[in-house]
Amino acid sequence: MRTHPIFAALRHHRLATTLIVLQIALACAVMCNACSLIAARWQTMQLVTGIDEASLGTLYLSGFEPGRANDLNARMVAGLRAIPGVTAVNVVNTVPFSHGAGTVGVTLDAAGQREGGVVDVYPGTPGTLEALGIRIVEGRSPGAEDYRPVGDFFPSQANVLITRAAADHMWPGVSPLGKEIFVDKNHFRVIGVMEHLSIARPGSMGPEETDWSVFAPSLAGPTLAGTYVIRAKPGDLPAVMHKARAAVTALAPDAVLIRENSDSLPALRAAHFANDRAMMSLLVGIIVTLLLVTALGIVGLASFWVQRRRKQIGIRRAIGASRRDIVQYFQLENFFIVSMGIGAGVLLAYAASLTLMHFYEVPLLPPWYLAVGGATLWLLGQLAVLGPALRAAAVPPVVATRAG
Amino acid sequence: MFGYYVELAVRSLRRNPVLTGLMVLAIAVGIGTSMTTLTVMHLLSGDPLPGRSEHLHYVQVTPYPQDATPTHPSEVMDYRSAMDLWKAKRADQQALLVGSTIKVHVPASTSPPLLLSMLSTHADFFTMFAAPFEYGGAWTAEDDEKHARVAVISSDLNHRLFRGENSIGKIIRLRDSDVRIVGVLKPWRPSPLFYDVYGGRMAHGDTSDFYGKVEDVMTPFQSGLEINDGNFVQFTCWQLPPSPGHLQDAPCLWVRLWVRLQDDAKVAAYRRFVADYAAQQKAQGRFRHDLTAVPSLMEWMTSNRVVPGDVRLQVWLAFAFLAICLCNTVGLLLAKFLRRGADFSVRRALGATRGAVVMQCLVETGVIGVAGGLLGWLFTLAGLWLVRQQPVPYADMVRLDASMFMTTFVLAVTTSLLAGALPAIRAGRVAPALHLKTL
Repeated sequence: MRTHPIFAALRHHRLATTLIVLQIALACAVMCNACSLIAARWQTMQLVTGIDEASLGTLYLSGFEPGRANDLNARMVAGLRAIPGVTAVNVVNTVPFSHGAGTVGVTLDAAGQREGGVVDVYPGTPGTLEALGIRIVEGRSPGAEDYRPVGDFFPSQANVLITRAAADHMWPGVSPLGKEIFVDKNHFRVIGVMEHLSIARPGSMGPEETDWSVFAPSLAGPTLAGTYVIRAKPGDLPAVMHKARAAVTALAPDAVLIRENSDSLPALRAAHFANDRAMMSLLVGIIVTLLLVTALGIVGLASFWVQRRRKQIGIRRAIGASRRDIVQYFQLENFFIVSMGIGAGVLLAYAASLTLMHFYEVPLLPPWYLAVGGATLWLLGQLAVLGPALRAAAVPPVVATRAG
Repeated sequence: MFGYYVELAVRSLRRNPVLTGLMVLAIAVGIGTSMTTLTVMHLLSGDPLPGRSEHLHYVQVTPYPQDATPTHPSEVMDYRSAMDLWKAKRADQQALLVGSTIKVHVPASTSPPLLLSMLSTHADFFTMFAAPFEYGGAWTAEDDEKHARVAVISSDLNHRLFRGENSIGKIIRLRDSDVRIVGVLKPWRPSPLFYDVYGGRMAHGDTSDFYGKVEDVMTPFQSGLEINDGNFVQFTCWQLPPSPGHLQDAPCLWVRLWVRLQDDAKVAAYRRFVADYAAQQKAQGRFRHDLTAVPSLMEWMTSNRVVPGDVRLQVWLAFAFLAICLCNTVGLLLAKFLRRGADFSVRRALGATRGAVVMQCLVETGVIGVAGGLLGWLFTLAGLWLVRQQPVPYADMVRLDASMFMTTFVLAVTTSLLAGALPAIRAGRVAPALHLKTL
């Protein structure tokens, strides 16, 4: 097929062509960047906490007097263990997706000069690591003698486990086993490395720091009370959590259950990422509407062109062009228009991406997004133009002989 | 003539219902998305205290002893600096603010205790920030001095505990202390909750919590510190606090100071006073840095980037979307007007000027604009309803006010006239002879 007549015709309709090219360019830029934002949100939501979320729930109680904490712990642990289906109950300061606690800057020397980074320290009672289902990839799990009473915040001397990510940050290329961490006057020694354990409020720190945690084996006491982690079979979990929440009124009338932080881990995860999910569906909605509007624009303009060129189409048909030639003419024309749009769209998309990078934590648009975006728009253009093109092909050759 | 054009426009639009529908829909969708996001933006970025905010200032010094020279002063203060500056009473009004959560119980009631947010502050808070009272009023400076066991409660809490009745003089138990209610606020929803805004620079754009509700219980500053001792949470510390939750003598930042300074001379004088204080503390070795700032309310909101990043992003997206819809409409209008070349040629041949033809086209696009605006208004209402379903603290405040309602139509008509201008001029340039020949 010769392309010369197509370009000649487009030159003739410069304004209309420019408009549709501009529209496609804008659509391309918005769509590619929206996709990259969706991907960024999706990645955030894939966060690995390192714990068996499907089998875990948590309760967070507050408002009790520190003097009654030991008594509260005893009542709660015994009461919760009595619920059918519960396989373990442990006292912790918090769990991922619950309230923030234990976030501290640690140093690697007693003088506090060499900064190790800001980590979440999780004190937990014997059996917590097993209940949470944390995988230990180096070193050992704590023995009975490693569990120590908690001072103001943490045990003052403790043998702790640290996540791989935090260990690699603090001692790159060296085994962390036996290394020391200091939190003010508290002194920790690393005995094991956990594969993963995310901080309690993911998103409050940068993406790298999200897996910087320390587990400090501890004994329940006045400053380690009120937050409980409950393990049950995934199938039993909703029923167990329902009963556990209901049991608090009887077990701990002196405390207040913080409902928004007391649920199964899957529910807390969903609540934590609710905003991201809402933003994702909004972006998907924008993309779909965008494609629809663009398709309608193409249909409208193509229909108009077909109508204006009825006579020319008739003449072409009369002098021997087949229906297929006519369809191909409009398809090719659309292909050129969309290609020009995508060409301009790539530039716009990168300009937008650079601006977004400046304000939001998104990477520069990967080229394959543009490839996929371009392919989508080409396909959309071809689909949109098909109807008008078929109508054009249906123009009978006799039109050429009529006046007007 | 205008009426005739409108009649012509309506007739022409009805001749092509599908094309007209497409154009109206394109404008409506563009307007709907833009207005939804603009309304949210308008709500979140507005001045929470119009007419007053320019006199209100937040006070910052730099107690945090970091090695590197900080680029900004500390977000909040340690207890000693806050007390020193407050006690000096150099501003027209001043109040220290500290938030905490506390167990609240009504004595002799069987309902379980509630865990609520409490603000401990000074008497000036209420007049300074124009807090509206339903019953009673603020406590007095004397109550501040005597650490009186009194409280002001929110309208919400008054409804929860006392079914909205006048509860002045009633007793509520805050943890173990009985306090007497002296004031009940009217429903009060500043957007953002400006006096609780801090730390926005570290929030990674996730600032929707700045739009939360006012605290349920407010007590005199020292009374609150005594009643809820042991339950105060620091913004940050440079060493672990010696006793958790009791921060008066801890190396921690946790207290905020707001002041009212009625004129520029007083602002300048107060800035000098704070700078002198910091210099003096540095000379004494208590501060490592003497960086200070006294931003006005709106400056403080801006530097905290109060409008959530997601909302800004949505506005950009919506306007990109409107631009696409605009391109679409221009294209369709162009097609429509060019198709009616013959009509315009007849009018021109009968003596209509170019301007008259352009005018006729613009009236037609204006009609489309009004129709698009009406539909766009419905889309905006639907969009705002969707926003209200979102899990964000400001969801309950999202409403279309009169000014945004007007903006919807102005935007719709402007947009469509803008879209119609080019096709209209094109239509005016039609050469009558060419078309008349083919009729």
